[in-house]
Amino acid sequence: MMEKRYISLISLKRWLEKLNNDGKHIYAPVHKGEKIDFGRISSTDEISFDHVQTTQSAKSVAFPRTEVLFSYEKEKHNVRLGNPASDSIPESVVFGLHPCDAAGFDPLSAIFNWDYKDELYNARKEHTTLVSISCTKSDEYCFCTSVNGGPGNTTGSDILLTPVEEGFLAEILTEKGETLMKADETCFEPDRGSVKEDYLVKLPKKFDLKTVQQRLNSAFESPVWKAQSQRCIGCGACAFVCPTCACFDIQEDAHGDKGKRLRCWDSCGFTLFTQHTSGHNPRETQSQRWRQRLLHKFSYMPDRLSVVGCTGCGRCSRACPVDMNLLEHLISLNN
Amino acid sequence: MDSNIYLPHLMTIEKITQEAPGVKTFRLKFQDGQTASSFSFKAGQFGEYSAFGEGESTFCIASSPTRKGYIECTFREAGKVTSSLARLEEGDTMGFRGPFGNTFPMDQWKGKNLLFIAGGIALPPMRCVIWNSLDTRESFKDITIVYGARSVVDLVYKHELEEWNLREDVRLVTTVDPGGDTPDWKGEVGFVPSVVEKLSPSPENTIAIVCGPPVMIKFTFPVLHKLGFAPENIYTTLENRMKCGVGKCGRCNVGKLYVCKDGPVFTGAQLQELPAEY
Amino acid sequence: MDELRKKATELLQSGDVQMVIGYEKGTKGPRPCFISVPEEAHKLIFDEQCTGNLAVYLTHKDLIAGQKVAITASYFALRSILRLFTENQLQADRLVVLTVSVDKQLIVFTAVDDIAAYLQSAPVPKREDDAALIARLEAISREERWAFWTEELSKCFKCYACRAACPMCYCNKCIVEENRPQWIQPWASTLANVEWHINRAMHMTGRCSDCGACGAACPLGLPIHLLTRRIVQEVQENFGIGANEAVQKDNVLSTFKPEDKENFIR
Repeated sequence: MMEKRYISLISLKRWLEKLNNDGKHIYAPVHKGEKIDFGRISSTDEISFDHVQTTQSAKSVAFPRTEVLFSYEKEKHNVRLGNPASDSIPESVVFGLHPCDAAGFDPLSAIFNWDYKDELYNARKEHTTLVSISCTKSDEYCFCTSVNGGPGNTTGSDILLTPVEEGFLAEILTEKGETLMKADETCFEPDRGSVKEDYLVKLPKKFDLKTVQQRLNSAFESPVWKAQSQRCIGCGACAFVCPTCACFDIQEDAHGDKGKRLRCWDSCGFTLFTQHTSGHNPRETQSQRWRQRLLHKFSYMPDRLSVVGCTGCGRCSRACPVDMNLLEHLISLNN
Repeated sequence: MDSNIYLPHLMTIEKITQEAPGVKTFRLKFQDGQTASSFSFKAGQFGEYSAFGEGESTFCIASSPTRKGYIECTFREAGKVTSSLARLEEGDTMGFRGPFGNTFPMDQWKGKNLLFIAGGIALPPMRCVIWNSLDTRESFKDITIVYGARSVVDLVYKHELEEWNLREDVRLVTTVDPGGDTPDWKGEVGFVPSVVEKLSPSPENTIAIVCGPPVMIKFTFPVLHKLGFAPENIYTTLENRMKCGVGKCGRCNVGKLYVCKDGPVFTGAQLQELPAEY
Repeated sequence: MDELRKKATELLQSGDVQMVIGYEKGTKGPRPCFISVPEEAHKLIFDEQCTGNLAVYLTHKDLIAGQKVAITASYFALRSILRLFTENQLQADRLVVLTVSVDKQLIVFTAVDDIAAYLQSAPVPKREDDAALIARLEAISREERWAFWTEELSKCFKCYACRAACPMCYCNKCIVEENRPQWIQPWASTLANVEWHINRAMHMTGRCSDCGACGAACPLGLPIHLLTRRIVQEVQENFGIGANEAVQKDNVLSTFKPEDKENFIR
């Protein structure tokens, strides 16, 4: 149902302002100290257009870092429970995410809808429209083309903008995208016939996914995990900035007789992640946890959910305090 | 939202039984009448039990699906949530989410002999399937139960053990670890794996269901193998650290399987394929 | 650096040590590396770009695995190593400590006291990067400072990279992981984040080497190393001992003497 239009930068800002005035919550890349990250904007002047990648992914719009599952109130022998109201979820627009981030919602949605449907995630995702921007530059950490992605990939986006002369080629990809465009259709002019590929950055493949997957499948007992994971310090930085990591913890925020049960981001890299109350820990060394991370994303998820758990955004490597560099490890597995 | 998979059912604690030091059984009733009458589950499934204000803990459903109107869970006081549950009283409210996980394929066992082997606090997951098989006794041929604990006082379901002992259509062998017996103990003395070996059950047309602490499983499987049991005819339940119970939080992964979704019931053959991450 | 590589080769070849912890060239800058065979010693580098604090690996039991190791330590890592000795986390006969001085001399420490003496005589490396922010924070009022920090810390998402990068955070069970009771809320929210960072700074009192590895590790660029730097200053101002001394003494917050001016425990 794809439709092509053209939108100038000025009209784009006008359109975003209209959406803002309509009451939509708009998240876009903004300066946060020395970093560029998603933040809610009140003015289009805050938006950064000139960066390779934001520090965090856009996943928090549907899978927030901390989220209330329900509230409770105890009174003598009884308990009253409160469900979070789905009508309190605001209509949101994430603007300026890259194709790797939009594609990251696919593995997330797969996990959250596997057998049991996670309505908290689904409700937030439904109230969110993704307006992505294609990539005209990349850095040494990017590898989207090696994992079935690309700088102009449309997977997961509702509208994909590609920077062309003085404006953007706008691909209206879904019904949601069309509805959003119609908030002020005058901003969108007819397609000028720009050839998208001419504007995208050229990113050659850095490894062959099938080869890596084959190697991984037979590598469970390999000493490569110990060698690769020596410098890993076991923090959660890679998991938290990753657009596809969905692991979470469930905790109680108790205040006397009242409280909330919430979920918050967690990482398979933490020591305690798999530890039993008895003290037994199935993955007690960092090398076992590093192996889990790679196998889960590149072997188990494709096997069970038919989707690769990585979109090649490179954030994990940029965020890692000790330069674990996932891409480097994948290339070495390939060779 | 209509179907919040993280929202527990409210349960009233109808009866509390102290099974052994630190081990209690709760009989729970659904507070919502509609759920109470429509709730069903199959042997092998587990639930996430809430102590509101502390969190959730994972236990199997220890009662049988053939007995309606209530569910039971048995747990040992070990950490934050179980200690808080242990302080609750009859009449208090707690939470339950479930039933989750796969089931013992009892349909496939019809007409076969059943050999139940359990140790210590692992009798609860078995008790569900034992009750279920006793309640549908005609479906199965010989039923043998081998159960052991560290000492006499650590045996759980003491009342039921007596019942099973008195039944003519069940063979019950109880044992305690060497040193765990009392002067009037009439059962065996020895670790469960060695008692099984001594018993020397025939693998012919027999399904073995084994539940116990990792060390017991480690030594029982080779005994069964020696006796000629094929791995596809040995069933067990795995435990792993869990939080969501619905295959999303990632904690209970063993290789590419999730204990909460693909388990907790596994065959010996499936276990052989799994990496040793449980 | 050649001398360093030669020494590393020699230590490995003779079997005196089984692993050298050092730096190698990484994607954008130096990163930690672990050399177990002499043939790989050429990878080692050591210059002003080598930030972070390698001493953090000395308490990684799976990595060290009972071996005797050598470590190339920066000025601040030397402070951390001294502190780890004070806290009984290291054994002198299982560790060889190397450093490269300002005038590019390779120094091999044979005794713990030599490290202390070196720290007294060598110049403390200057850090100018944060000067502007520190000046700003010192100029504003207490309320404005609180507003600044709660705003910064609201961004924290509890990845614990700061804890993982710190050589002093070697507790088997961190206070955040203690759930009976749950002293500190483990999730990310402004209050829970402030709780964590205040606690972290307090637990670093009298132990921090001021290496800044925590702030460098933070994926969100939060200047949390300034909190621990401030703690080092507070210890100097309130207890009269500087960082080089503090790392060799009993912990200031958990040591009590009859002559202490506080009288709450009398």
